[in-house]
This record gives sequence, C-alpha cells and structure tokens, in this order.
Amino acid sequence: MASEFFIPISFANELNLGIDSIVTNYGDQLHRVSEIMLQYLLVPLEHFLQSIPPWIILILVGLTSYHALRRPGLSVTFVFALYFIGCLGLWEKTIQTLNIMLVSIIICLVIGVPIGILMARTKWLSRLLLPVLDVMQTFPMFVYMLPAVMLFSIGKVPAVMATVIYALPPLIRLTELGINQVDEEAREAAWSFGTTRWQLLIWVQLPLARPSIMAGINQTTMLALAMVVVASMIGARGLGEDILHGLTNLDFGKGAHAGIAVVILAILIDRVTQAYGMNRRQRAQINQGSQA
Amino acid sequence: MSTSNISVRNIYKIFGIHTAAALDLLKQEKSKAEILAQTGCNVGLNNISLEIPEGKIFVIMGLSGSGKSTLVRHINRLIDPTRGEILIDDKNILAFNETELRDLRRHKISMVFQSFGLLPHWTVLDNSAFALLTRGEKKSTARQRAMESLKLVGLTDYAKYYPDQLSGGMRQRVGLARALTADTDIILMDEAFSALDPLIRGEMQEQLLDLEERLHKTIVFITHDLDEALRIGNQIAILWDGSLVQVGTPEDILQRPANDYVKRFVEKRVAA
Ligand SMILES: Nc1ncnc2c1ncn2[C@@H]1O[C@H](COP(=O)(O)OP(=O)(O)OP(=O)(O)O)[C@@H](O)[C@H]1O
Ligand SMILES: [Mg+2]
Repeated sequence: MASEFFIPISFANELNLGIDSIVTNYGDQLHRVSEIMLQYLLVPLEHFLQSIPPWIILILVGLTSYHALRRPGLSVTFVFALYFIGCLGLWEKTIQTLNIMLVSIIICLVIGVPIGILMARTKWLSRLLLPVLDVMQTFPMFVYMLPAVMLFSIGKVPAVMATVIYALPPLIRLTELGINQVDEEAREAAWSFGTTRWQLLIWVQLPLARPSIMAGINQTTMLALAMVVVASMIGARGLGEDILHGLTNLDFGKGAHAGIAVVILAILIDRVTQAYGMNRRQRAQINQGSQA
Repeated sequence: MSTSNISVRNIYKIFGIHTAAALDLLKQEKSKAEILAQTGCNVGLNNISLEIPEGKIFVIMGLSGSGKSTLVRHINRLIDPTRGEILIDDKNILAFNETELRDLRRHKISMVFQSFGLLPHWTVLDNSAFALLTRGEKKSTARQRAMESLKLVGLTDYAKYYPDQLSGGMRQRVGLARALTADTDIILMDEAFSALDPLIRGEMQEQLLDLEERLHKTIVFITHDLDEALRIGNQIAILWDGSLVQVGTPEDILQRPANDYVKRFVEKRVAA
C-alpha cells in the first residue's frame, strides 16, 4: 500500500507554532503596523477617492488614457465602460477595490524597484533571491491569505499584505532584467566621464530600463487586481465581495456584474500601463504612424 | 595649460577565470589559441609597455581583435589589468580609490567610443554637455559650452535632435563633441572617425591636428587605417593578437617595418 511506502513527514505543526509565536511575541507591533497602514494609507486614500465626484474620475481616465495611447476612440470607449460599471451599481465597490490595489502597488514599487536594482548590482543577492521569487510566484495565491490573516486578522491590511507578496515578483525580476540589459557602451561611456553610482542610476540605468520596469509594473498591477478580488475572502471590501456573494448564494447574475467590472478595470489598466512603457517620443511616433 | 603623459608598463590582460594558469603558459611563449584551448582564457593583452608623451597624438593600430579597445580602456580603468602598471603624470592609477578615480575621469581623461555610447533619451546638446553635468555644473553653462563643441564638429543645427534621428557619422561626431566639452588633458579616441565619410573624415582629421596644435592635448587615437595613422600620428604603435609589434614615428613604420605583419599594412597602402 502506498501509505506504507512513504515516510510520513509533516511540518504543518512547526509552521503553525512559528506563526503562533510571532503573534504572541510581536502581536503589539503587528497591531501597530496594521493601525499605521490603515490610518495613514488605506483610510485617507479611500476617503479621498470616494470624495471625488465620479464624473471627474471619468474625465481623468479619459485624459490619461488619451495621453498614454493617443487613440480618442479607445479613450471614449474606456470612459463609457467605466460609466457602465457605475450603472451596474458597483462604483463604490470599484473604488474600494482600486484603493487596496493602489496601496499594494505603491508598496510593491517602494520595495520592488530598489530590490531589483540591488539584484542587478550584486550577483550573490540575485542568486539568492531568484529561487525565492520563483517560489513566491508559483505558490497558490490562497496560501498567502492564511498567514496574512493570522498575523493581521481580517480586513484591508491582510488583503494588502497578501496582494503585495503575490504581485511583487515580476516587478523585481523585470527591474533587474531591465538594468542588466542596459546598452553596455552607454553605461560604460557615462561611467568613463566619472559619474557617481547615483548619477549613473538616474541618468542612464533607470531611463534605459524603463520599458522593462513598466512591463513589470503592468504585470504587478494585473496580479494585484486578481489578488484583491480573491482577498474579499479575508474581508477586503470591493468587487470581490459580490463575486464571493454570488458564489455562496448561487447568484450567478450578481457575480457576473462584478466580474464584468473586474474585466473592464483589467483591460483599462493594462492598456494604459503598457503604453507608458514607451517614452513620449515613441508614443508620438506611433501616433504619427497611425495617422499616416 | 597643463598636459599629461601616460605610461603603460608590462600590462597583461587575460579574460577568463584561470588567469594565473594562463599567465604561466604565456610566459612559456604559448600561443593565444593554445592558451584558449588549455585554460579557456582569452589573452587580451600580452606584456604591453608604452610611453605616451604629453601633448602629442599617439596612434594605436592593428587588425580587428588585436586588443586596441582593450588597451585604451585600461588608461581610464574601464578595464583593470591582470598584471602591470599604468601611470598618469607619474601617479599609479591602479592604486587610486574610488574618489580619486572619479576625479581622474571627470577632470583628466575623456573618451570617444567606437559605438558612440550616447544616451538615447537625451538630446544631442545634453549628450554633448554630459561631462559638465556630471561634474555638477549649472545646466545653462554646461549647455553653452556643449554648444561650442557642437559648433566645432558641425552639428549646431542638430542640438535639439535625439541620437536615433542622426546618421552613424553624426552620432560619432556627437561622441566627439562630448569629449571636447569635457576639455580634459587626455582624450582617448576609439576609432573615433571610422563611421565618417571620407570628406568629413578629412575635415575632422584637420580639426584634430589644429586642436592639438592650439591646446596640446594628449590624444590616444585608435584606427584601422594606416593613412589616417600616418597623417595624424606623432607616434604609432602596432598591435597584433594582443602583443606590441612595433612603436615608432610614421617614418619608422614606413621605412623600417618590424616584421611581415607591419610590412603587409604598409604594402597594402602602397598598392592602393
Ligand atoms: N569582456 C571580454 N571577455 C572576453 N574576451 C574579450 C573581452 N573583451 C575583449 N575580449 C577579447 O580581447 C581581444 C581584443 O578585443 P578588442 O575589442 O580590444 O579588439 P579591437 O582591437 O578593439 O578590435 P576592433 O578593431 O574590432 O574594435 C579579442 O580577442 C576579444 O575577443
Ligand atoms: Mg575596438
């Protein structure tokens, strides 16, 4: 029988004990982190976003997407699609979803880009972290939610934590890749004129790595959106709530409404962040090309 | 006005991991190919010593892959030698720390790169101003002086363009302007004229000689082209497979070629 062949191994208990001990020993600190994030990031940003009249947001999205893509037809479509989300009665929930996404992405940027830069600069760090990133990326997203809940209980904060961990790897990876791919002679030439490391970074490496970093931001954003929807299971408010509700009450219609809203957000954000991967001149050239 | 001399002493550069083993084989006079086969190391430079006098144009010649770019990159320490010493104004630059090295690169040496190495997202003017911006000078002064260098290379009309809007030859001149703006005692020029058409090339050679006469810069000039070497060089060093085969005045090279390799360079010129 198979059960006799395999030596039974389990470290589930040890992991549970580990988390328990973190909670008992550092509970206060974790609680404080949670408070700070709510007080200074999540709550004010949500208040702010909810206080903007929807029509202003529609106009802003229209302008931003036009600035990014230079295609008026597409911008108008995006604006109508967002308006449609409002018509479905999902405006407030969309804002809640966006709020958690935004905070997660900001944290991803603050952590991910510097780590990517350090990895490009330090070989051993890269060798150390690459497998970790692989694991982070292939771990099923549901597994992240458990420790997040155990450490930060239920609500927006664990949702942000789980989202950051899930969405971070591609940004780190593509930042490192982008910097490693910077044209060797451009880097060498700048260096030969006596730049400091900082000058080299902001004048040469980051700008030339920009397409790759923007691709990373694009992927991170998409993953964050997916995770935020799922994170409604741990009490993140927003579109995911409706999907979860539809699932538990066999209300396909309600779930589909929210699903459509997620799809619209995904396409909108994807297109805009992709376009910003190109610089102003490239976009202008594409614009000229499409007019010709 | 100050000028600088460079002296390169017994430089070896081995690319690869087992450099010590490769050095041993090299001392046993094994060939580059044998060393590559036995150790996996590529011999870039083999015991090069040069005295580059101040205020002159010193030309380095050799076929593709003979180690010209590798050699010149040692002078501003973009590459560190496996063995040997490099002195600038009698100071051993291999002993420099990071700050001293940065100072050297900011104020003493500038370089024109074989494949230009311009910043694609900066305008021609800002590229030309790069050295001054690096030193932290005011943008307006930097740009003003960059404009003067652009005038020297005939690109004032293109100041607002981006490198990808220029031809290869024009980009090369931007690289040249960038080095001129830096206004350093030493200029390293890695095939700085190779992408230019014959007319402009002649003009640039003219200008280089003129510049040399007025400012007495120490110029290390790499070229494939013997005519160019003879025209502008006070002294010419010829490299072959990482080794130095001859150093001398243009006259020496023409009249007393050290071996067949040099002779072939010279004969090709006579035939042409
Ligand atoms: N980073 C490197 N790693 C390994 N080998 C290298 C490296 N850089 C240069 N080499 C080797 O050193 C030798 C000399 O190269 P180098 O670029 O100096 O030639 P060059 O004389 O400038 O040629 P060209 O005229 O084509 O520019 C070549 O055999 C090359 O393969
Ligand atoms: Mg070369």
